[in-house]
Amino acid sequence: MELLVAIIIGVLTCCAVFLILRARTFAVMLGLTMLSYAVNLFIFSSGGLKIGVGAVLNATEEYADPLPQALVLTAIVIGFAMTAFLVVLSIRARADLGNDHVDGKLPVAKNTRQGASS
Amino acid sequence: MIELLFIVLFPLIGSLVPVLTARWSRSHSALATALLPLAALVVVLQLAPAVFSGETLFYKLPWVEALGLSLSFRLDGLSLLFLFLILGIGLLIILYARYYLSEKDSMARFYGFLMLFMTAMLGIVLSNNLLQLWVFWELTSISSFLLISFWWHRADARLGARMALMITGFGGLALLAGILLIGNVLGSFELDVVLSQAYVLQQHSLYPVILILVLLGAFTKSAQFPFHFWLPNAMSAPTPVSAYLHSATMVKAGIFLLARMYPLLAGSDLWFLMVTITGMTTLLVGAYLALFQHDLKGLLAYSTISHLGLITLLFGLGTDLAAVAAIFHIINHAIFKASLFMAAGIIDHESGSRDMRKLNGLWQFMPVTATLAMVASASMAGVPLLNGFLSKEMFFAETLHQEVLGALSWLIPVLATVAATLSVAYSARFIHDVFFNGQPKGLPRTPHEPPRYMRVPVEVLVALCILVGLAPAYVVGDLLAVASTAVLAGPLPLYSLSIWHGVNLPLMMSVLALTLGIVLYFNRKHLFRFQAELPELNPLQFFEVKINALLGFAKKWHHRIESAALQRYLMWMFVIVAILLIWPLQQMGEFTRHNAVQAPDTLMFAATFVAAIAAVATVLCQRQRLLSLVMISIVGLVVTLIFVRFSAPDLALTQLSVEVVTIVLLMLALFFLPHKISRASNAGRLIRDGAIASICGVVIGSLSYALMLEPQQRISDFFLANSKIGGGGYNVVNVILVDFRGFDTLGEITVLGIAALGIFKLLTRLPLFRSSSDSQGRQWALDKHPMLLAVVSQALLPLALLVSVYIFFRGHNLPGGGFVAGLVTAIAIILQYVAQGVDWVRERLTLEYHRLVAAGVLISTLTGVASWAFGRPFLTSWFDYFQLPLFGEIELASAIAFDLGVYLTVVGATLMILANLGKMTTEHRPVNKGQS
Repeated sequence: MELLVAIIIGVLTCCAVFLILRARTFAVMLGLTMLSYAVNLFIFSSGGLKIGVGAVLNATEEYADPLPQALVLTAIVIGFAMTAFLVVLSIRARADLGNDHVDGKLPVAKNTRQGASS
Repeated sequence: MIELLFIVLFPLIGSLVPVLTARWSRSHSALATALLPLAALVVVLQLAPAVFSGETLFYKLPWVEALGLSLSFRLDGLSLLFLFLILGIGLLIILYARYYLSEKDSMARFYGFLMLFMTAMLGIVLSNNLLQLWVFWELTSISSFLLISFWWHRADARLGARMALMITGFGGLALLAGILLIGNVLGSFELDVVLSQAYVLQQHSLYPVILILVLLGAFTKSAQFPFHFWLPNAMSAPTPVSAYLHSATMVKAGIFLLARMYPLLAGSDLWFLMVTITGMTTLLVGAYLALFQHDLKGLLAYSTISHLGLITLLFGLGTDLAAVAAIFHIINHAIFKASLFMAAGIIDHESGSRDMRKLNGLWQFMPVTATLAMVASASMAGVPLLNGFLSKEMFFAETLHQEVLGALSWLIPVLATVAATLSVAYSARFIHDVFFNGQPKGLPRTPHEPPRYMRVPVEVLVALCILVGLAPAYVVGDLLAVASTAVLAGPLPLYSLSIWHGVNLPLMMSVLALTLGIVLYFNRKHLFRFQAELPELNPLQFFEVKINALLGFAKKWHHRIESAALQRYLMWMFVIVAILLIWPLQQMGEFTRHNAVQAPDTLMFAATFVAAIAAVATVLCQRQRLLSLVMISIVGLVVTLIFVRFSAPDLALTQLSVEVVTIVLLMLALFFLPHKISRASNAGRLIRDGAIASICGVVIGSLSYALMLEPQQRISDFFLANSKIGGGGYNVVNVILVDFRGFDTLGEITVLGIAALGIFKLLTRLPLFRSSSDSQGRQWALDKHPMLLAVVSQALLPLALLVSVYIFFRGHNLPGGGFVAGLVTAIAIILQYVAQGVDWVRERLTLEYHRLVAAGVLISTLTGVASWAFGRPFLTSWFDYFQLPLFGEIELASAIAFDLGVYLTVVGATLMILANLGKMTTEHRPVNKGQS
């Protein structure tokens, strides 16, 4: 179980980082959304994986760790607010600057082999 | 002795007076400015008798004792002498500047800086703590920078100010290092502790380092060779500043430091060598260069350098008598040099020029000023019956008693005589060239006497020159004695302050210097011609070239690092994070299996498979944006299911609802962004990014795995144990949110509100990119609000609201709570927007969402504040149980009110974000004023 969750976290992080390194705002947004999935899972799993219990007193014999859950719960909501801000920022950037490149301007067209030296 | 604090505090408050009285007439404002320094002087005068009787006064306000930081003042003879100089000359300068500054200059700014400088200077001389002394020391550099650049519209003023700041700032840093080392070696920064431990310090192996660092501080401040060049360039300051800072006080701060540290650092061979040689070189170089200056103030500046060198030399000689002579010369030089600068200022002010090639024969235009300047110059040259003569005699006498250089010791008196000769020559030039020697050539205006009161400060100082010269023992005898006692930290040597000591060698040296000096002046043409053959060295230009080279170098590196390419920054960030994580991961060794691993089941395998495929598909389809959006929503769903599987119903509920709003949000974003884009990255970059991403994934995945298997020291048991007793709820997650970490939650809903407001602001007046069709040229559907969806969503609304209320109330004891309930409500309303359109919703829902957000944050905050009313800390929760007929026992808790705030904020913020963004395509989009 643990290994599978770790694999999911790893794959999500990998894809998220790759997306964040892209040049277009939409890809970066997707990347950040995916990274927040990965981070939420990471924090959540740090409390251990328990099946069939909960964090409600007297409902079960054993309890899941409530602290990571509480941390992740607010993180999800804040993550949404941040994503939303980013989305609107990139919409605004496109409207004002005329493109959706993360630097606000499209790179100058150049021969990539020559341009690599700069 | 709290009075010591007042001495520093009065001028500090006084720096505000000119600003506050800026609207008064100039004379009144100047008068008001003078009041507080005058008060400080009165305080000093009151304390003076105690100091004269041999006491040292202290005042200390402890601060961080463990670090040796305190506000600590001392008043001994040396401080007293400097207090008189700073406050006395300072008051004269205030009077003088009133007439010197023109109508166009801001007098408030000038006086404000001047008082700030005065405060800093007083702080230096009164400090009993070395660190405190250093802080004031730096303050003088800064206020001097402001004063030199007072005429900031002139390039030379700006450059001169910058150079002065850099040189003295560099010295200040060296001094700080020296002070820290002293504190390290001796264990204290308090002067009264430190000064008595000269033996310990001088035996220490760090002594040479400390000495060099402290001397660097003193020499840069006092413009000693080879750091002298900043002083002539600082002459672009208004003349009152030159008179005050660059002759009487600030440059003397370095000398003061030498005097202050004399008992601690002096006495070694290293001290003798460094201080004597520096002083002698400065004395000669300054005197020689002074002769060739055509600028009146330039001459005085180099002459100041030379005299500062003389004082340094005297301290370097290391005998008790030399130290007394040094202090005597501090007094004399301050008096005659300040008066000379002021006289030069008057000449400049009334004739419009400072060039000695134009200024000639001014005697006929301003006889009084000329007389005053002539007396002061004579004192500078060391003419008998004036104060400069006395200290110069003492200086000569001391140079004769040197045996440290062995058989070469005769060199010191000879060089001293040479310097004195040069000094006579440039003094003669100041007198003869300016006041006689023909008629003025091409002056901008006809010179005349200055306003009456502008001359008063010069008259006072020149009178002092004569008084000290005639009756030294009566006028300054006591002051010199106490100041010298403070410097020597021991009994005074025998000396006599009289004019006539009989015909002896020092007198012969004086006579020789006077004669040769006059001869030199009248044959100066040869010397000038010789000097003209030398390549001209402009230190300012040289310095600027070096500084510009340094700036260019820094700029190049800056551009290399800050390339304004976000992708590069992010790449480095990820690389560094990965590197930082790899090392500790390696240290962990094999995954230590403390926790039993649970066997995976088919369901989990399937989930992993789906999540991985969807995540990779998101990346691969990222250029077909709608498709990648679908893929990422699959990832989100799997994450939700994982939360369900591993006993986190609260998280699953929240994640599911956030998932919905996020996808709606990204769909809206898609509408405004390009739908399809061409490939932007080349293969090399893709491989590079792929490698970085893979490393990050591997590292984070391994870390997560290691974390899950590590034995956990949980603090959660505390929450489990106290949730019911302390928070009154069974759902521990919810209790943590609204109670244990309520303050955190309050912060988070505030952030949520701020983000929503920011978004609202970003959307106002947004120029729109509106496309009428999708990327393949298909028109948008004509049926904007399909009937089926409209009907279903309308029917769902009350149900959804009911569900959210239910989730809200059960939250304290069962999975649910304000966050989830808020999201459910928001989604239900957004569904109406989607299904029915903005107009339809507007007719039925007249809520202003930003008010909702505000109300939410306010309710939560007030719930927290309410606990103050019961004498409890912020956000202490309260709960109790009540019996209601029909319902049975119910619980009332303050946490419910808090959660209500959370609920309202979440609803408001979510709707504000999505509804405003959705409205962009309609006529209701936000415009300039906040109509939502």
